[in-house]
Amino acid sequence: MKLIYELSSKGRGGVRIPEDRISVGEIIPSELLRGDLAELPEVSESEVVRHYTRLSRLNYSVDTEFYPLGSCTMKHNPRACEAAASMPELCETHPLWPQLRHGGLLTQGSLQILYNTERLLSEITGLAEFTLQPLAGSHGELTAIMMMAAYHRDRGNKKTHIIIPDSAHGTNPASAALGGYGVVTVESDEDGVMDLEKFKEALNDETAGVMLTSPNTLGVFNPKIKEITEATHAVDGLMYYDGANFNAIMGRIKPGDLGFDLCHLNLHKSFSTPHGGGGPGSGPVGVCEKLRSYLPISRVAKTKDGLYTLDYEHPKSIGYIAPFYGNFSILVRAYAYMLMLGKDGLRGTSNRAVLNANYLLEKLRGSFAAASDGRCVHECVFSGKTLGEGVHTLDLAKALLDRGVHAPTVYFPLNVPEAIMIEPTETETKETLDEFVDMMNEIAELSKTDPEVLKAAPVTTPVGRLDEVAAAKNMDLVYVQPAVAE
Amino acid sequence: MSHTPFACTSPSDEKAMLDAVDADSFDDLFSAIPPELQADSFDVPPGLSEMEMMQHIRKLARKNSSDLTNFCGAGFYDHFIPAAVNSITSRGEFFTAYTPYQPEAAQGTLQAAYEYQTAIARLTGMEVSNASLYDGGTALFEGMMMALRITKRNRVLVDEGVSPIYRTMLQSYTKNLNIEYVEVPISSEGVADRAAFKAALTDEVGAVLIQNPNFFGCIDDLTDLIEEVHAVKAISVLSAYPVSLGLIKTPGEMGADIVTGEGQSLGLPLSFGGPYLGFMATRKKLVRNMPGRIVGATQDKQGRRGFVLTLQAREQHIRREKAASNICTNVQLCALRAVVYLSLLGKQGFVDVARQCMDRAGYAWTRLKAIEGVEPLFDRPFFNEFALKLPKDASEVVSDLIEEGIAAGFPAGRYYDGMENVLLFAFTEKRTKKEIDILAAKLEAVL
Repeated sequence: MKLIYELSSKGRGGVRIPEDRISVGEIIPSELLRGDLAELPEVSESEVVRHYTRLSRLNYSVDTEFYPLGSCTMKHNPRACEAAASMPELCETHPLWPQLRHGGLLTQGSLQILYNTERLLSEITGLAEFTLQPLAGSHGELTAIMMMAAYHRDRGNKKTHIIIPDSAHGTNPASAALGGYGVVTVESDEDGVMDLEKFKEALNDETAGVMLTSPNTLGVFNPKIKEITEATHAVDGLMYYDGANFNAIMGRIKPGDLGFDLCHLNLHKSFSTPHGGGGPGSGPVGVCEKLRSYLPISRVAKTKDGLYTLDYEHPKSIGYIAPFYGNFSILVRAYAYMLMLGKDGLRGTSNRAVLNANYLLEKLRGSFAAASDGRCVHECVFSGKTLGEGVHTLDLAKALLDRGVHAPTVYFPLNVPEAIMIEPTETETKETLDEFVDMMNEIAELSKTDPEVLKAAPVTTPVGRLDEVAAAKNMDLVYVQPAVAE
Repeated sequence: MSHTPFACTSPSDEKAMLDAVDADSFDDLFSAIPPELQADSFDVPPGLSEMEMMQHIRKLARKNSSDLTNFCGAGFYDHFIPAAVNSITSRGEFFTAYTPYQPEAAQGTLQAAYEYQTAIARLTGMEVSNASLYDGGTALFEGMMMALRITKRNRVLVDEGVSPIYRTMLQSYTKNLNIEYVEVPISSEGVADRAAFKAALTDEVGAVLIQNPNFFGCIDDLTDLIEEVHAVKAISVLSAYPVSLGLIKTPGEMGADIVTGEGQSLGLPLSFGGPYLGFMATRKKLVRNMPGRIVGATQDKQGRRGFVLTLQAREQHIRREKAASNICTNVQLCALRAVVYLSLLGKQGFVDVARQCMDRAGYAWTRLKAIEGVEPLFDRPFFNEFALKLPKDASEVVSDLIEEGIAAGFPAGRYYDGMENVLLFAFTEKRTKKEIDILAAKLEAVL
């Protein structure tokens, strides 16, 4: 497809802007003006609408395809949440209004939504208080690490490193490093959870904390979790709960009850806010009682007379981590979702997410090697090493695209060779799952009988396999207008 | 089995599926988790129907004021958003997709990101852009970290004309890192203090952070200062307001190395603080140190053009603790809004918006500074925002005018000592002559 810039034609325009002038004289001297106008496209509104509508049709999405991308919780995004978030009174509010004197009265509704959302998340996780400011999951991780650092500094603790299992998302070690800590990686045992003996060897007085994803990336819940949290607390370390897989245990397990001190949640996963093609996300962080004073400012408070205000008087706070109060319109969506689920719906959602994943695990065991024995939670992991000779997980992924399904997550977690990570979510029917099982079985069969067909996949998509090596080498990152021949 | 909203299985499906996995009940699925770790009490209210939820949120939304005339900006502006921006970005194919891990199934997202990168590079006058970051503040922090990685130095000079909101963020982020964070006060003319920078620029400085227009709305040509930065082999990071780039000299023209900024003004509603759009652009030779997702053009075997995430060796999922940043994603839907907005306005329309903002500010400047007792804080060229010194406390003035239905501006005293009487006024194409006349009259009345 052409680029919007390739549709450009001199003198065409989209949206008309009023041209009245009310000031007199030049406001900016010419030496402060740019030389040439920015080369933005010159296109009509209809061309813009058609171009981007056509582009949208090149995408696979939850609205149009089964999207079992493991670890990403690609569930349906309820349209009521979109409608709630697009109310004009919520969209058109300037974030600085409540910081003006008496300005809080202008935004009572927005502040109350934030307050209620914090309270609900605290209850669901069993933690004392939340900050809604982190703008994405990894930003939540960093915020939590910064609070860990503030806690240890305050206590005069000498802490140098954070313990992370090898199955963790790459953001965990990257966030720990940005918080000024070294990273000690601990291997998983044959059950797919962090090896308890090796963990105890790694743990010492200099351990600032432990970052755990629970259930972990293999979809396994660590039954020895209490032993880990107690050992960590014994050296005044802090336990961090990575909520990436929270969709498995909503309404059933509170991380706070397990002894976790901090926790982030990905609202774009469990709480059904849209993934947006890759953001914006939202990664609120909850903390236990002893870490409250380190939460970022501002904090939303409720006064005795029932008004909502912003509170900045927290001298031990880590300070600002975002310009304002978080990705507000994403938070509204999550709030709307929680209100509709209610107490029973939370547990009901996770129950069905876990049932769907176990159903796929059971149905696919015959043709693929499961990464762990026994049941899984909300996602199941297989290895592609049982595919026919010379056929890889990547070929399977591309063959699924040809069958009208988005591929699962592949080659992650890193500790499973040729990993295939499938997360169906609760918003898929049994029929969809059965069709998927048939496709997977058919591909497994083809990998032995006709492997070339899989290696040629995908053939139904707008483009075939793209040359990523050439992309990195050529670095064609912005469009350059070809010179016009005289 | 009670009905769970949005779940898709019927009771008979569930029974068949539980049988298939050899479980007696849902609870049985969780039998590997010790019962004492499972919570039984959740103080969460019963679920609402869609109708009840909407009624509840509408009730809360109505507690917000919605008919205020807004002159408050301070980096976040009330611009007009053409209807087609919402219409396109609310297509499910865009907003219910995810990060393009399978490029063949995500060409819509990827091509839009490439078009966005092109637009940002052209606006800023730079060679390359990434696919976006969270917001202008985190983008500035990432720009600073990128500069320190390139120079392998740890001292940062930050002009006090950089938004104090962003500076407080930078201070939080640098606290745990081995970074020497130094702020340089602005000159008496209201711009980066050349003499102070010259004195502070040593070969220990890795990054110099400046904002143009600065927090007070003053615009400047920073070419000479950037040359000084280069003389000590440091990296300049410029934070820019994209709408101003319709008219004013670009960071690229001034020789900047890294440009960051807040893209909210490019078709995103104010939304009480987010989601917003951090942008970042740089020189091609520095791109391997740039954080965030980057999209590149390439081909398939049949020679068809296609787009992929590229230069991924910089990123956390490969490099883990040695990555260029911990960032996992961009804000693709916001970047899509920006490129659709810029395409709808186009080359001339975007300049028209910028000119209109400047025009409103120019008129207000003449009107407001004519009020007795009011004087300019700085007498510098501005784009759409300027600061005035009032004869009384600016917070009080703002409070009085809120009663009149006007958000008059942002009091600088909130962040700058000794500026209790200073009020920062912002103007966009949405403000009319009549509204500015009313602002002038009401302001005069309360002073």
